[in-house]
Amino acid sequence: MKKMVQTDDLIFEYAKRDEEGNVIGSYRAIDQVNLEVEEGQFIAVLGHNGSGKSTLAKHLNAILVPTEGTVWVDGTNTSDPNELWNVRQSAGMVFQNPDNQIIGTVVEEDVGFGPENLGVPTDEIWQRVEDSLKAVGMISYRHHSPNKLSGGQKQRVAIAGVIAMKPRCIVLDEPTAMLDPNGRKEVLRTVEELRKKEKVTVILITHYMEEVIDADKVFVMDHGHVVMEGTPREIFSQVDTLKKYRLDVPQVTILADELKKRGLDIPAGILRKEELVEAICRLK
Amino acid sequence: MIRDITIGQYYPAKSVLHRLDPRVKLVATLLYLISLFLFKNILGYLVTTVFLIAIIKLSKVPFRYIMRGMKPIMMLLLITLLFNLFLTREGDVLFHAWIFTITEGGLRTAILMAIRLVYLITGSSLMTFTTTPNELTDGIESLLKPLNKIHVPVHEIAMIMSIALRFIPILLEETDKIMKAQIARGADLESGNMIQKAKSMVPILVPLFVSAFRRANDLAMAMEARCYRGGDGRTKMKPLHYTGVDRTAYVLVIFYVAAVVIIGRCVPFHVWIF
Repeated sequence: MKKMVQTDDLIFEYAKRDEEGNVIGSYRAIDQVNLEVEEGQFIAVLGHNGSGKSTLAKHLNAILVPTEGTVWVDGTNTSDPNELWNVRQSAGMVFQNPDNQIIGTVVEEDVGFGPENLGVPTDEIWQRVEDSLKAVGMISYRHHSPNKLSGGQKQRVAIAGVIAMKPRCIVLDEPTAMLDPNGRKEVLRTVEELRKKEKVTVILITHYMEEVIDADKVFVMDHGHVVMEGTPREIFSQVDTLKKYRLDVPQVTILADELKKRGLDIPAGILRKEELVEAICRLK
Repeated sequence: MIRDITIGQYYPAKSVLHRLDPRVKLVATLLYLISLFLFKNILGYLVTTVFLIAIIKLSKVPFRYIMRGMKPIMMLLLITLLFNLFLTREGDVLFHAWIFTITEGGLRTAILMAIRLVYLITGSSLMTFTTTPNELTDGIESLLKPLNKIHVPVHEIAMIMSIALRFIPILLEETDKIMKAQIARGADLESGNMIQKAKSMVPILVPLFVSAFRRANDLAMAMEARCYRGGDGRTKMKPLHYTGVDRTAYVLVIFYVAAVVIIGRCVPFHVWIF
């Protein structure tokens, strides 16, 4: 299968400056990261604050370019300035703060912003706006002002704005961090539906472990390194390691892990309540 | 209180005015603003009032909503009124006490100026009530396009304006939040004289500016991520086309201006001091 996103020994350094603005050294935010994402996959990147996960996300959209190493998005090198706009079109990005990424004052105008920038003909813009708003379930709000929407709804509009650009891959940089539990569910459900219906590759950056249960592959980052890599089940079975990287392991997983340690015959890497219930029932 | 500011906001409704081409509305607003200064007698005010009421009715924006936008400028209005009232010396003296003198001319200028100001603001806010900032931007961009030839960055100016308008409510909300947060920590924003009050604004303005810059940074990144690269090669979701309604609107506005000028200047008509 074709690689959607690939990073080869990606290194990114921030310049450290003193108060006068002179460079006094550098801080390595990402160190030797190798990532491979197949087309159509759902990938999650987990990490504590400051682990470099957001910096990584910005590389996938060529907002940042590597200090060393290369990032390939849909076969294009992101460091190539001539390909910048192609990269940004094929990897759409949704940011954390819903207010700071909505440009339009009316929902549909905001969704149309991306296609307008791409130079899409007017008729097609309308078609795309309608399709994208339908895909995120916000079509009935098309004439509303974004200021009056809830956080979850704003984030869905932001997602629609990205889909309208017809990207091959969507990068979501902590899209739920500023939302309440309802908004969080709303956004995740939308992402899930998109993945199934539109078959886009999804890269979800988050520090909520509950959100990555359905991922095809999970990467855990710490201090700029990828420290764990595998299916959610593989990752979640190592509760102690996860705790070391200061990640909040879901309650069910902790409970299952504790029970297992006390000698109960429960499989490792329990992700859902139902699974634990089933495993316990089977014990008799 | 700070969230009551409605100037510059869009009021969603389905009216003829909302559907008009933004260029028509911009030109009409400009003509209307000029027209306010083109007449001399009270009949001119009558024509303007009729026109304004007709427009308000057409816009389907509730009258009360428009009036709410007047609140923040009340102070300005009052100062203008008082200055004109007491400092204009013209015609017969109507009232005199100690250092205060009200003359016929003063009373006339004060009342007419106040009405003019209210009409000015009502008229221009009606334009923003009925035009989305994006439409406004498109309108300005297309009207100013000739300036592109002399290297005026028309598209950029228009974009800056529309983003500024979009962020007014967000920054107002933020100001409200910061004020509450500072009050909760014991900041005293109410008491003291003017200077103390002004000083107490510092702990509100500093965080507001910091957050505004952060937002600007985020927004710029979000725009770049969505392939924004200036006006070149950009298409429009809502391209501007004049329709029959727009042409009718132009004719009506020109008709109105002509009516104001003719009636307000040439018809001799006087009531009391006006």
